[in-house]
Amino acid sequence: MTALTDTSHSPRRPPWGWLGVSFIAWIAAYASLVPFADAAIALLGLTRQTHLGEAVHFFFYDTPKVLLLLTGIVFLMGVVHTFVSPERTRALLSGKRLGVGNVMAASLGVITPFCSCSAVPLFIGFLSAGVPLGVTFSFLISAPMVNEVALALLFGLFGWKVAGLYLALGLTVAITAGLVIGKLGMERHLEDWVRAMQASQSADYVGEEMHWAGRIDAGVAHVRDIVGKVWPWVLAGIGVGAVIHGYVPQDFMASIMGKDAPWWSLPAAVLIGVPMYSNAAGILPVVEALIGKGAALGTVLAFMMSVIALSLPEMIILRKVLKLPLIATFAGVVALGILIVGYVFNAVL
Amino acid sequence: MKNIKVLGTGCANCQNTLKLIDDVARAKGVAVQLEKIEDLQQIMIHGVMSTPGVVINGKVVHAGGVPTRAKVESWF
Repeated sequence: MTALTDTSHSPRRPPWGWLGVSFIAWIAAYASLVPFADAAIALLGLTRQTHLGEAVHFFFYDTPKVLLLLTGIVFLMGVVHTFVSPERTRALLSGKRLGVGNVMAASLGVITPFCSCSAVPLFIGFLSAGVPLGVTFSFLISAPMVNEVALALLFGLFGWKVAGLYLALGLTVAITAGLVIGKLGMERHLEDWVRAMQASQSADYVGEEMHWAGRIDAGVAHVRDIVGKVWPWVLAGIGVGAVIHGYVPQDFMASIMGKDAPWWSLPAAVLIGVPMYSNAAGILPVVEALIGKGAALGTVLAFMMSVIALSLPEMIILRKVLKLPLIATFAGVVALGILIVGYVFNAVL
Repeated sequence: MKNIKVLGTGCANCQNTLKLIDDVARAKGVAVQLEKIEDLQQIMIHGVMSTPGVVINGKVVHAGGVPTRAKVESWF
């Protein structure tokens, strides 16, 4: 860390000591998850042999684990966000061609700070600075779907392989869908006032000067904002998951959502997911419990992707800037991509 | 008198920004004309991409997220 402490112009010394102590405390807490859950059910006079004991153990093990992972990853992303503002991403993507542009846009979508409430201003901002329509879509699909909360939770609940696969396949959907939309030449389906703004501005970017103290503050603020917002969802989700875990019989889901389920179970899961709107934090613990009961990973992840990436409220906001054929194409292409990802997941795993 | 516009499509962060600016202006006893701009076309004219954005006398001074109290105080 000594290499990073070169902040001679900094108005304030970065709190490295505080950060180090937090890091050690985090590791210690993560290492004692199982003893903690064991102690918690022992204290309640339960054993894991009963339904109730198993459900309670699941709750006391998963809750701190997910919250710890979430805090760690969200903090890191808060720091990363200070390096990539939307303005900087836009400057990088301006004038890029389809292909390379889509790959860059989808990747930047993962690390650029993004709030679904500014999706539309961002969309117009990109177009007005000469970012092609297809490239803009790659960014808009990847940013909400492949986000740090989803990745942190997948990592916590299923391990790094599943998180990595989700990342790779999510990027593939975003890149391909953006390419397809770009190739279709759908610019005429933008609302007229948006079309008039295309490539009307320069993408010049002037970054605010920032020091490590400020970056760490941003990480802490991000944790307060995100974890502060999603923790009730996580608790509720794990609560539902715990009930399913303890009480629903093994292989209950296998016939409906399992590998040997009829072919239409996957499209049905995606279709059900589209109008639903939740965030990764709310849906994932339920996903974990479903998989524990024999549902196929691909089907469940496809369901999750469609819940996060496509939603009715988002379509209604997008209607202000896109005409119906373009919204329909967007939803159709993304849903198709998710479907293919689901089949691939089921075939590979 | 300063004309301050908060640009945003109506999310919670935009409300918080508006309230913060109002608080600071009152605390400092500065008279301001505070406006909330929700119309997308109006927001885009200022070139702000990440909301909430803050415009003072026609100049964008902040974009993306609720500004810190210290930053708001520096405007007055």
